[in-house]
Amino acid sequence: MAAKWISWLDERLGLTTIYRTILDRKVPKVNWFFTLGSATLFLGVLQGLTGIFLTVYYVPHPEQAYDSINYIMTEVSFGWLIRGIHHWGASLLVITVFLHMLRTFFYGAYKYPREITWVTGVFLLLLTLGMGFTGYLLPWNQRAFWATTVATSITETVPFIGPFINTALRGGTELSTLTLVRFFSAHIWILPALVVAIVGIHLYLVVRIGISHVPAKDE
Amino acid sequence: MPEIEHGGGISRRSFVTGVVAFLGSVIASVIGIPAIGYLIAPGLKKHTSDEWVPIGKLEDIPMDIPILSTFTRTSQIGWERSATSFGVYVVRKSADEFDVFSNICTHLSCRVSWKDDQEAFVCPCHNGIFGKDGSIISGPQPRPLDRFEYKVEDGTLLVHLVEG
Repeated sequence: MAAKWISWLDERLGLTTIYRTILDRKVPKVNWFFTLGSATLFLGVLQGLTGIFLTVYYVPHPEQAYDSINYIMTEVSFGWLIRGIHHWGASLLVITVFLHMLRTFFYGAYKYPREITWVTGVFLLLLTLGMGFTGYLLPWNQRAFWATTVATSITETVPFIGPFINTALRGGTELSTLTLVRFFSAHIWILPALVVAIVGIHLYLVVRIGISHVPAKDE
Repeated sequence: MPEIEHGGGISRRSFVTGVVAFLGSVIASVIGIPAIGYLIAPGLKKHTSDEWVPIGKLEDIPMDIPILSTFTRTSQIGWERSATSFGVYVVRKSADEFDVFSNICTHLSCRVSWKDDQEAFVCPCHNGIFGKDGSIISGPQPRPLDRFEYKVEDGTLLVHLVEG
């Protein structure tokens, strides 16, 4: 019965083709360093899911942000777990993204014909750091407030347009409700939308071109 | 594809399928149960109260005219303290006999109000009409107005507020 349903869907959706193209594609004999991309993808999805769950309770307002997170940690069932995964997953994600880049670099996997995969990967590294930067402010505790004060102040040192970048990031000359809300918006809408789009290109290229092999000594 | 059968036992393929299905459900419930718990947690919290709320001095309560008396109680909802308003209609039937009605319509929780010209409690949402004794006159409401317990102490009328 199940087989009948699957073949009915398959005939219309081309599931077998998708399955073969994505999961049955040929890969060279590689080592464990080649799992770093998948590990990054897994952590990214985990961050997305736990992040969606956190927005059920989190309130991006200076008077409520800290209390709402305190509520998640102490009152909500498994709230400590969801936020714990999001908190530690964020650090771990930066690490796996970086190691994934190192592997690509040292194995020369960024060369022809994979230049665009590399360039999209660089954007994804920057976006990951952007996610970390914007997410760090959201608890609105002393550490978050001063870390963001310092980090946005750094932009002031840019010649000529520094003060403009600073006030544009903060939504004013000082950290305020506007800063918190724009960081929240960037953290849950703008940056994730860019990440999803670029990950799409990145993975399309991985499937289309295939992955590189481990370079031999004379290569 | 030929499958090796071991003396009437289950095949390797169906064994692996079974193990994967079992482990899959274990993992799904390990992830799913906390996720559901997380989402419904505030709904499972009960805030209970059980107190006698003073409504007013007996000499201030007129005979046979429904009087609306309101009071607010604060409670912790989430991380905020919020105030909830309560309204009760007191109808004095004799020196020490009262009807104390909740002003919450028994249909869909809108607030009813007493209309002198109609001699009735009227709910503005779906035109539910209750008599002075709280009984149903017309409308979609399933039962008469809810009543509060009351007592008189030192010349003061108190109603029993029970929640949760």
